[in-house]
Amino acid sequence: MRFSAWEILKQGLTGNKGWTPHWRSPDPKSAYDVVIVGGGGHGLSTAFYLAKEYGITNVAVLEKGYIGGGNVGRNTTIVRANYMLPGNSEFYSHSLKLWERLEEDTNFNAMHSQRGIINLFHSDGQRDGYARRGNQMLSQGDDAILLDNAGVREKLPYLDFDQTRFPIYGGLYHPRGGTARHDAVAWGYARGADMRGVDIIQNCEVTGIDIEGGVVKGVQTSRGPIRAKQVALITAGRSSQTAAMAGMTIPVESHILQAFVSEGLKPCIDHVVTYGMGHFYISQSDKGGLVFGGDLDFYASYASRGNLPMAEHVLEAGMTLMPMIGKAKMLRSWGGIMDMTPDGSPIIDKTPTEGLILNCGWCYGGFKAVPGSGYSTAHLLATGEHHQPAAGFRLDRFRTGRGLMDEEGTGAQHNLH
Amino acid sequence: MRLKCPICGERDSREFTYMGHASMLERPAPDAGDVVWDDYLHNRENIAGVVEELWQHTEGCGAWLVVQRDTRTHEVLGVKLAREVARAG
Amino acid sequence: MRVEGKGRIDRSRPVDFHFDGVKYGGYAGDTLASALLANDIRLVGRSFKYHRPRGILSAGSEEPNALMTVGEGAAAEPNIRAPMQELYDGLVARSQNAWPSLKYDVLEANDLLAPFLSAGFYYKTFMWPKSFWEGVYEPFIRRAAGLGALSGEANPSMYARAFAECDVLVIGGGPAGLRAARAAVEAGLDVILADESWEMGGRLLSETEEIEGQPAAAWAEAEAVSLADMGVRMMTRTTVTGAYDTGVFGALEKRGHHTPHRTDAPHEVFWRIAARRAVLCAGALERPIAFRNNDRPGVMTAGAVRSYVNRFGVAPGKRVAIFGNNDSAHQTARDLLGAGVKVTAVIDSRADAQVDVDAPVITGGKVVGTKGRLGLEQIIVDENGTTRSLMADCLAISGGWNPTVHLTCHMNGRPVWEPSIASFVPAEGAVPGLSVAGSAAGIMDTFGCLKSGAEAGAAAAKDLGAKAPKLPTPHASAGTYQIEPLWAVPGKGRAWLDFQNDVTVKDIKQAAQENYASVEHMKRYTTQGMATDQGKNSNVAALAILADATGRGLPETGTTTFRPPYSPVAIAAMGAGAQGKGFAPRRFTTSHAATIKRGAPMIEAGLWYRPSYYPEEGETHWRESCDREVNWVRNVVGVCDVSTLGKIDIQGPDAAAFLEMVYTGAFSTLKEGRVRYGLMLREDGHVMDDGTTARMGPEHYVMTTTTAAAGQVMRHLDFVHQCLAPELNVSFISTTEQWAQFAVAGPRSRELLNAVLDTAIDDESWPFMSCGEIGVAGVPGRLFRISFSGEHAYEVAVPSRYGDSLFRLLVAQAEAMGGGAYGMEALNVMRIEKGFITHAEIHGRTTAFDIGMGRMISPKKDCIGKTMAARPGLVDEDREQLVGLKPVDPKVSLTAGAHLYNDGTSPVAANDQGYVTSVAHSPTLGHDIALGFVRGGRDRMGETMRFWDGLRDIDTVVEICSPVFLDPEGEKLRG
Repeated sequence: MRFSAWEILKQGLTGNKGWTPHWRSPDPKSAYDVVIVGGGGHGLSTAFYLAKEYGITNVAVLEKGYIGGGNVGRNTTIVRANYMLPGNSEFYSHSLKLWERLEEDTNFNAMHSQRGIINLFHSDGQRDGYARRGNQMLSQGDDAILLDNAGVREKLPYLDFDQTRFPIYGGLYHPRGGTARHDAVAWGYARGADMRGVDIIQNCEVTGIDIEGGVVKGVQTSRGPIRAKQVALITAGRSSQTAAMAGMTIPVESHILQAFVSEGLKPCIDHVVTYGMGHFYISQSDKGGLVFGGDLDFYASYASRGNLPMAEHVLEAGMTLMPMIGKAKMLRSWGGIMDMTPDGSPIIDKTPTEGLILNCGWCYGGFKAVPGSGYSTAHLLATGEHHQPAAGFRLDRFRTGRGLMDEEGTGAQHNLH
Repeated sequence: MRLKCPICGERDSREFTYMGHASMLERPAPDAGDVVWDDYLHNRENIAGVVEELWQHTEGCGAWLVVQRDTRTHEVLGVKLAREVARAG
Repeated sequence: MRVEGKGRIDRSRPVDFHFDGVKYGGYAGDTLASALLANDIRLVGRSFKYHRPRGILSAGSEEPNALMTVGEGAAAEPNIRAPMQELYDGLVARSQNAWPSLKYDVLEANDLLAPFLSAGFYYKTFMWPKSFWEGVYEPFIRRAAGLGALSGEANPSMYARAFAECDVLVIGGGPAGLRAARAAVEAGLDVILADESWEMGGRLLSETEEIEGQPAAAWAEAEAVSLADMGVRMMTRTTVTGAYDTGVFGALEKRGHHTPHRTDAPHEVFWRIAARRAVLCAGALERPIAFRNNDRPGVMTAGAVRSYVNRFGVAPGKRVAIFGNNDSAHQTARDLLGAGVKVTAVIDSRADAQVDVDAPVITGGKVVGTKGRLGLEQIIVDENGTTRSLMADCLAISGGWNPTVHLTCHMNGRPVWEPSIASFVPAEGAVPGLSVAGSAAGIMDTFGCLKSGAEAGAAAAKDLGAKAPKLPTPHASAGTYQIEPLWAVPGKGRAWLDFQNDVTVKDIKQAAQENYASVEHMKRYTTQGMATDQGKNSNVAALAILADATGRGLPETGTTTFRPPYSPVAIAAMGAGAQGKGFAPRRFTTSHAATIKRGAPMIEAGLWYRPSYYPEEGETHWRESCDREVNWVRNVVGVCDVSTLGKIDIQGPDAAAFLEMVYTGAFSTLKEGRVRYGLMLREDGHVMDDGTTARMGPEHYVMTTTTAAAGQVMRHLDFVHQCLAPELNVSFISTTEQWAQFAVAGPRSRELLNAVLDTAIDDESWPFMSCGEIGVAGVPGRLFRISFSGEHAYEVAVPSRYGDSLFRLLVAQAEAMGGGAYGMEALNVMRIEKGFITHAEIHGRTTAFDIGMGRMISPKKDCIGKTMAARPGLVDEDREQLVGLKPVDPKVSLTAGAHLYNDGTSPVAANDQGYVTSVAHSPTLGHDIALGFVRGGRDRMGETMRFWDGLRDIDTVVEICSPVFLDPEGEKLRG
């Protein structure tokens, strides 16, 4: 079924009885060309692009729970291509281009909204850093505008320009940045992949990876063994566990990142705004909720929930930056499990096991990467070659020191991001 | 979350700074080779379960601690002074 | 309509309030909701999607419909639950989400379009043309969505945060909570009893039953007084919002909501309560039943009707019908009759129900529809297949009670299905240290609640090693709770589950049909349970309908996750204290007052404030002041406060060995009375920080760090010592705040110092990079001959209490000599002229090799970061290396953040050769200069590069040069 206004009209006039499943619930076959472990955003987009771009449709996505139940369904929905370092810059640039045709590609409205992102800066030093970043974005073919204090005032008049602890010097404006409806991204890719013949198998936990003579042969699951020519582990939040099934110890620590949403409010924040002197960023969802977040709780965790100190810090930062949100009420808080790598950048690479691909380490930036990550992982699976925009995401960069991508400059070792 | 500093007693977690797995105590020899160093600095078991990790009582006595904690539940099972663990080698 | 002789309101204290611009009257003790009902106002809001008329559904914080904006101007607060808003004189409330008015809402048209707005419709359209999303569809959707509006002005109210600790935290002050608190306090424990209402008692305040022969509300009141007397901390108006690790609970206390707005006392206090044990006695919430048009104003939960009648003396209607599937609903009829209100019918869906009420009774019947555009007028009842209409302006519904399990889910606990009450009860041990009692645990009679509360309190006490006395359970109503689940009455039309978000039974079924069969998918696809009540009124029924639609049982269907907060918390409360300057501490140097007096604009340097420049009369631009200050230092003498740099005092027999471990260079060879520059690496081989370290004595060193990294370096030293080298006999402490330190720089710096030092110095005994103890105007201090300007310079340090006077003294002397104070701008210009790095260059990704200090890594010893710095990728000749840059055209201005490309190539990422980190106008050289990084730059001296700053439209040519622009041999420094 193709979605359109006409279809809605037709169904509406016939009692909405004709809607069909957005994806099937097939039983797993005994063998596939490609088995994707993990039905999150990255796994589903990998399946979608495998089918759409490379014509590989004998594919299964195996999901332990329900699809889109990990970080793609629990993030602050920001989409951007404002990276500074080579390796990251071209990847996110490519990913943003895929976002811009996502609805067209999937026939599913993920409400990708290019409302613009403004990263505020609060000192000359920060301005210089953002200028370097903005020029990188421009040289990558993306968009960036350096706003001074007056420029920010014009766009965000509700910020505290007079009393705030760290005055606002200006901001780096990325007009093509924005947000998307996170769940819909997963669902759209799932539906698109399913329509092209991919089997999406929920409630199917992978319990082992079959490797013979250094070559992957398939997986063991809670629904029986499945043979596969290639297996891709795309299980952010559980990467260390799935990698361990293949005998690997990977450079990932799992951490909690909390996010928050307020009660619904009439429109008051039209952009994505990030604070430069504390951990706080915010946007307003189409439903009216203020969606905001901050930094990791800073302790290893698999608990999908956080504690008060970071939550309070985030709200403190909000209060010093935009005290007009004080009487908005936080409705819900949640936590996601982040794959933190030493340098804060991800991994899409082959592994020592032939036919086994690893996609992990998206830290707290995986959502915007969903299209690009899926595309590049599909490329690697289909061609055996690294897709150019993602060619820097190698597993061995930590051992060799080549191509480290420490975007924050806080260090290329754990617990500094 | 609260942690019991062996020197200061039970305190709120906001007084502490986290620094990752306690394997950081076992610094390799300079000539141990790139694989050993890569493992030391980067690769992690990253267990979903009971782990030993380093915390510092930054806003208190400054002591580095080895905290035994369950990463699934955040239950704290024990706290020792890192310098004593390091001395015991 | 007010009922005479009923309620806990104070009829001697009438109160006026405004709703939507009209003045009404109520009484002290009313809530906004009860007062509106007393004034026969039933229409109070509009739903989210279809803008359907909405009335008050509940009498508690779970209210999904009666959300209002209370207050005026900047203090206006949206989304206040009317049943929780205590009435006060002059209260101003406005309805929300309706335009132009509550009665005539244009967007009510959405309701007519409902067939086309079914679950998830927006995922299937609004995609063409593409550009219309941001331009047309999204703005429209955004304007239509949302509930209340923020004032748009800065928060004017005071909020606070506080910590509390206790042995036992009792959450909820109903029958179970009161008894739990008594058991714990009688065991001698420190107890906090928190309840969201302004008085303890919970449901007892709303029921007509008796305890120990007296009215339950009176018993609760007396019990609360007694507990307070015994030392229980009674936290009324306090909602425990979240359960966190190791016994920490978040709680929101509302202090200023029941009075006119004031700015001199906290409006709300957000508490962090550390409790050794907790007892959850949060009660249960009544759920409605879904049937066609069950959402009209006048439809209310049966328990809420009892609350309004019994607690507030208000009849929510003149002709009330009752519809339930359990015995608790019958009491509503008896209470109404007792208050003289007409009961049209009691409809019990159970065919075998025994209804002992003096009113028309229909057993085995169901309400299948309602009529009344802006408020309920009729209900349609199905009795054995025949339908008839009954006049009713209020329908009290009870679909059963859901235990308030929320807090037990905050740490990932999953509630357990309990068929006997047709609802979920908390899982055992879901939150460590927290037990559950009363109806929160599924115990639905008052006697049972009293008993289980006392037992839970006693068990908590026993757990803590205290002995709780055995409390006899007071006489109270006991009985079994009989329920036959009824989630949705079958039939055509839309039957509401989530009243606020307009989620109907059909939507859930459609979600299942489209394979959003997982409970989380259903929730996210339909928005069921995502409104401000977070599904408190609707989740269980929605789950039941999903279970039915997917052919699964309820336990297998599972639940969505309840997460903190239990009820919403104002951002200003959880972020209290941070508004304005409160976000971070402000650190002032000892020269701050004198600097401000000189009119210097201050800039933030981390938490510190430092002077940007010291303006003089007639100067109109910061550059003029800056150039003058540079010229002073280059030609005469200048004074600058450098106290913000981190200072760490290091002592002990192994101090030198310790320094060698943290610095790349050798420090054991440093002679007493001498200073050495040190480079510190992270273990990953990149530069962490730099600074000088002075050897003050055989076992005594003083290390300086950059201002920005002072804390990080201190932590790092602690780590290295305690974790990696505990065998080293060394101690260190931060002394940043203990010393005030001033740079005295310029050709005449020694002359200036000799005017203030107790003993004059000369170049021979105080060569470059020497240090020692000195006396300044009789005060013992320290002197370091170091320079960040490239000039002959010193830094003089005295205990902080002398900082202010020394600064004044030094500046006065400098001015007398034709120089003066200089600020950060001049300091920055001079360090760039000399190619000295700051964190602009050592930005976390640079190596010693990159900044030309590779040789500073001593080959003779190990140090932190040495091994990893030798990785091939960190010493690649093609890495970007620190260079100086000067414009080929000296008139051109340069900018930091620009990128560099080979001359003649286009400014695209693939051609990138480097970037610019620091830029200054050198008054000494008369043109701009820059520091930056260029691929293999050290071997490219003299090459020209394309300098491109697309953000600021600068495209010019620069020449690569040495980063040391002035005095490359350091003659001035040493001279």
